Amino acid sequence: MFLQSLPLVFILAGVALYTVLGGADLGAGFWQLAAARNRDGQSVREFAHRAMGPVWEANHVWLIFVLTVFWTSYPKAFGSIMSTLAIPLFIALLGIIFRGAAYALREGAATPRESGKIDTLFALSSILVPFALGAAIGAVATNRVPVGNAAGHMWSSWLNTTSILIGVLAVATSAFLAAVFLAADAAHDGDKTLERDFRLRALGSGVIAGAIAIAGIFVLNGNDHALFHSLESGRALSAVIVSGLAGLATLLLVYRRRYHMARYSAALAVAAIVAGWALARWPTILPGLSVDQAAADHDTLVCVVVAVLAGAVILFPSLALLFRLTVTGRFRDAERGDPRAATVARAKVNVGLLARIAFACLIAGFGLLNIADATWAHAIGVTCLFGFVGAAFRAIVAPALDRQAAT
Amino acid sequence: MTPHSAAAAFPPVDQHYLLQARQMQALSFSVHIPLVAFGLSFPVMVLLVEWLGHRRGDQLYLTIAQRWSKVMITLFAVGVITGTVLSFEMGLLWPNFTGTFGSVFGLGFTLEGFSFFLEAIFMGIYVYGWRRLSPRAHMLSAIPIVITGITGSLLVIAVNAWMNHPVGFSLRNGKVVHVHPLRALLGNSFLWNELIHMYVAAYIVSGFIVAGWYAFCRLRGRWTRYERTALTIPLTIAALAAPVQILVGDWAARDVAKTQPVKLAAIEGLYKTTRGASEHLLGWYSDNKMKGAIVIPHLLSILTDHSWNGTVQGLDSVPASQRPPVNVVHWSFQIMAGIGTLLAFVGLIYLAVWIRRKRLPNSPWFYYLLVASGPLAVVALIAGWVVTEVGRQPWVVYRVMPTAAAVTGAHGIPVGYGVLAFAYVLVASGLAWVLRRLARRPLDVSLEPPSQLQAA
Repeated sequence: MFLQSLPLVFILAGVALYTVLGGADLGAGFWQLAAARNRDGQSVREFAHRAMGPVWEANHVWLIFVLTVFWTSYPKAFGSIMSTLAIPLFIALLGIIFRGAAYALREGAATPRESGKIDTLFALSSILVPFALGAAIGAVATNRVPVGNAAGHMWSSWLNTTSILIGVLAVATSAFLAAVFLAADAAHDGDKTLERDFRLRALGSGVIAGAIAIAGIFVLNGNDHALFHSLESGRALSAVIVSGLAGLATLLLVYRRRYHMARYSAALAVAAIVAGWALARWPTILPGLSVDQAAADHDTLVCVVVAVLAGAVILFPSLALLFRLTVTGRFRDAERGDPRAATVARAKVNVGLLARIAFACLIAGFGLLNIADATWAHAIGVTCLFGFVGAAFRAIVAPALDRQAAT
Repeated sequence: MTPHSAAAAFPPVDQHYLLQARQMQALSFSVHIPLVAFGLSFPVMVLLVEWLGHRRGDQLYLTIAQRWSKVMITLFAVGVITGTVLSFEMGLLWPNFTGTFGSVFGLGFTLEGFSFFLEAIFMGIYVYGWRRLSPRAHMLSAIPIVITGITGSLLVIAVNAWMNHPVGFSLRNGKVVHVHPLRALLGNSFLWNELIHMYVAAYIVSGFIVAGWYAFCRLRGRWTRYERTALTIPLTIAALAAPVQILVGDWAARDVAKTQPVKLAAIEGLYKTTRGASEHLLGWYSDNKMKGAIVIPHLLSILTDHSWNGTVQGLDSVPASQRPPVNVVHWSFQIMAGIGTLLAFVGLIYLAVWIRRKRLPNSPWFYYLLVASGPLAVVALIAGWVVTEVGRQPWVVYRVMPTAAAVTGAHGIPVGYGVLAFAYVLVASGLAWVLRRLARRPLDVSLEPPSQLQAA
């Protein structure tokens, strides 16, 4: 039971992290779209891009993490969800394609006008992704995804009042998160104008997101009474209350310009609502399919748990390094100075010797890989061939480059 | 494991657009694979050039490395999205495959996710850290990119090797039981030749594409020390890797002959199980025969079995419904092997001219050939994957689950296919635009070599 639910905890943590980090990125796109078409708007767009650029890929990999852990640990539930919700998930996928493309294209933009155009062109996707993913979550939450290959309704499963509401809430939450994060970055950079702008945006979008969430409670009560009931009773209720309080605290912190703390309380608000959703459904994943029934074989689960824990040990320090370099602004204000070549005394390359080594490796590699049949011979043969490429490369390239420098 | 027994999480569905689903998957792979090739090999080249720059005390190399690193992260960003498409499609197109066997092969992708995550993190640090990290710290930050490139492709190819040679689980009453994911992924003999073949291909693809770009510059009259240096390094790598690939390919083919004889029979268009089988070059397969092919007697037996009269299994060893489309597989193989041989030839010309004359070739023909080599290498790469993947048909999990049983029951596959193709056209033209822009940025580095070299 414990082992069977552990991967689900990882998945939910991944969902929360993606909602916070990926959501902040998509929300930044929302503000780029909403920014005025003048010089002020341009500086907003430019700033949003510079703040998100170095962390964009890392933020989006959380989604890949969720997908892969999901299909490894709960394959049957994964297949059911992906097939019934093919349409909203495909729409989200398109949004991710265009959002990612915008980052790639930005590298080539020469003028602020061009980058502004690129942002506008692709910022629409920043609304599509959270909406579609939110609606898909809504479909699962309201039990509209049965077990089976595309067994649920392709449209009404995610296009119903509750799912749409959750989609809209996801868009508003992303915008709110982005505004909080960007206000914090601007405050750190000492940019008063941008800080003021994003502080106002954070307060405004926070109030709107809160209003949608409260409206949602009434909608749920009317439309999906089962979900409403599970949220307002027992375990889930405390999580919902924590989320609401953390949301309020974030607004207060932003109002008082305590942005650093606001980042964390905003993240807590999101994590609590994800936890509440999971607690409300516990112990079922899909209608008629419990977590235990959906879980993969024992060995697979052990491997997944070990992999995730071991991966986290490597991952989090690396991620901390990246965030330290970006959040402290080292990457944002780094557009000056050139990398300098350090002049180091060079060892002479013995071309004759290298050439003989390369030739010997080639002959040995051919013999062991292509004539011999044993597995160990193939392994050594491949190594010899790599040795050939390495030695021959050094034998050729060092004198070749010397010659080019001399002529 | 008992072959031919049906296993599935969900009952079969009637999907009218199975072929379109397969094409959509093939399109997504074909777009992604060249980017993977760059992701595997290009960071090594960038790091190599940076290292040479520090070692030789030459600013020009750092300029090259820095400009290449912009291209590297652009291609990586596009690779992130094309890779995301693939992981979505695992569920969107093939829910019954993932739903049934996710617990067997999924771990490969979970681990690959971590590998990819680290790659993305250090890619950000390396590319945005040029001016902010010490040379040593900066070069060190590229090491994880190189390592995760290898581990990432190892894990994905492990999944593909498992699909081609499924081990590490049992089937009982159509249910997957006794799952040993590590044995399924890493205890798989098929993994190693696929991995090495792909790894070497990655260097050939990026080496020839990068060298081809500077060959193009030379043909257009731009031929400073910058272009000469930026051509020599990738060209030397590709010229050495291309002949090596022929040896690696021979090894891979022998493993295919052993574990997937029907695929080999499709590659060769060999209908009848034959002793002392002949090799067929070109030609067209129809009515269970190769027509118009160049026949080299006994060569197939010698290549696959190392014996003059070795037996080679033919297509007739399985019912017609279990054979892959022969001409697709046969011709993809001809294209891959033909281009591979041509590229090895281009590499040998360069090496021969260097050994005899100690200079780059002078003939413009060589540079025209080099310009063509890049795109040809990509064609060969994709053709090679077509051989593996179409040659596996009609199975998604070889001799365990037919592709038709894996497909989604959802409607609208042609719509998704069309929309995705359109999105990829947009992304590809955007990418072309960015790369042109990056190439046109003015060079602000002195083309003079450092003083101690001029004296030499």
